[in-house]
Amino acid sequence: MSSAEGTAKLEIRGAAKTYAGKTGPVRAVEDFSLEVRGGELVCILGPSGCGKTTLLWAMAGLHALTSGEILLDGSPIIGPRPAEIGMMFQDANLLPWRNLRKNIEFPFEIKKRPVDEGRVETLLREVGLAGFESSFPRELSGGMQQRASIVRALAPDPGVMLLDEPFGALDAFTRDEMNLLLMRLWSETSKTIVFVTHNISEAIFLADRVVVMTPRPGRLARIFDIELPRPRTVEMTFEPGFIELIQEIKRVVESGAQHTVEVA
Amino acid sequence: MSEVPRELRDEVPSFDDGPVHHDHGAIDWTGLTSIRGAKSALEIGTIIAIAVCMFFGLEAILRLTDTPIYIFPRPTSVVTALTDDFWLQYGHHLWVTLQEFFIGFAIGSTIGLVLAAVITQKPFVEKVVAPYIIMLVVTPMLALVPFLRVSLIKGVSMWPIIVAVALASGPMVLINASTGFRRTDLAKIALARSYGATTFQVFRKIRFPLALPMIIVGYMVGAIFGLLTAIGGEMVSASEQGGLGRQLIYFSSLIRMENFGAVIMIIAGLGISIYVVFYFIGKRWASWES
Repeated sequence: MSSAEGTAKLEIRGAAKTYAGKTGPVRAVEDFSLEVRGGELVCILGPSGCGKTTLLWAMAGLHALTSGEILLDGSPIIGPRPAEIGMMFQDANLLPWRNLRKNIEFPFEIKKRPVDEGRVETLLREVGLAGFESSFPRELSGGMQQRASIVRALAPDPGVMLLDEPFGALDAFTRDEMNLLLMRLWSETSKTIVFVTHNISEAIFLADRVVVMTPRPGRLARIFDIELPRPRTVEMTFEPGFIELIQEIKRVVESGAQHTVEVA
Repeated sequence: MSEVPRELRDEVPSFDDGPVHHDHGAIDWTGLTSIRGAKSALEIGTIIAIAVCMFFGLEAILRLTDTPIYIFPRPTSVVTALTDDFWLQYGHHLWVTLQEFFIGFAIGSTIGLVLAAVITQKPFVEKVVAPYIIMLVVTPMLALVPFLRVSLIKGVSMWPIIVAVALASGPMVLINASTGFRRTDLAKIALARSYGATTFQVFRKIRFPLALPMIIVGYMVGAIFGLLTAIGGEMVSASEQGGLGRQLIYFSSLIRMENFGAVIMIIAGLGISIYVVFYFIGKRWASWES
């Protein structure tokens, strides 16, 4: 875990975020530090309200931290950096008034950049959406919408992808399918991925490392190295070692109060 | 979200009466197939049949009871009156009313839309402005026409009515468009911002499209209120050019009820046209919301 300074793609240093709540300040995240190496797939795992989304939005430059800083390639993130960071939100978050093609072209439109037609075509074929370009989101199933959302996030080819419980609203089967698709696309590129989820087995299934957070305030509890070989299959999730790991992580999540912070 | 029963949804009147879109392709051709076509032809046929029944039924009742024409004009005499000397009796006045309506509506709706976009950005401004908007909505603007006629500069005599139309339609657009602009979808705004969107891009590409269905509803309601105000204003205090409202007063004072009926038919036609225009605008630009 001791990645020397400089090799870290994304570096979170002493992040803290306090919101002004109705009954006083709410400490969403406190004293959170983490280094994510280039090309790594890290899952941030924790129960609802543990500040994982807060943290991810700060990484995306969508809001500022109360204290601490986040560095991308050594330079602090003070606002959105669309060329380097791509974000996927909860649910598909497609724009319902645009058809699939227009949704996928949205990032290019915002940046006033020509659409990388070839890349979009390839991605659409890869996720099995070729031929649906002129369909509107409401005409597509949840899984198809989610795949379109993946294409939209990948089309501008950012080096870092931040995913905020993107598959939370899908049924278990579609979720597995999406996770496999995500891992396939990830293995074909060298992207750095930070994936936020509250689903333990999803986190283990996907990640190189699982970062467990405890709630109120959100702190880093422990980091688990996942040694499962790649490519991963759904069958692996039924093996005893996998299930033991789920239980171990579950214990860490539940014993939230005693935070054994592992120094990265 | 899609599981919420239609009647429980806090949503805009929908424009989704058209054929249901299926999974494939952009255009749904099933509406043209014989079964659906036959069904809608049956519907249209029934609507026409009811209209015909009402027309001749009324005619029959009025003839059987021997009702004098000055009490209630017969449908056939209304039609005859409508075609007789159309331009002088109605056409010119229709043109006057349309000018008042279109100029007033253009001014009122534009101001209403721009104000809605601006005030919804600042909750304080919105709260301060709200009582005045409600006052404008609940006050019948046509009652202002005589006052406006006295207080406005003489010359272009349509202006009092144009101002009243703007005052009637503007707040309707404002209220509905504000509801639309208030529907902020944080995730979609964050999406745009994560791609580096400017405030104006967020407005143009997220807030505005999100508000568009409500804006269209506002324009439709505003247009209908504007038309009513134009005609009512003419009834209260018409310019020397006249207008359909002035003709209503003119014909009723002469007890020419068949001409009176003809003017009512023209006004009804205008109202229906407004509805149809906005129905199709809604279908084209707001059909994603259903």
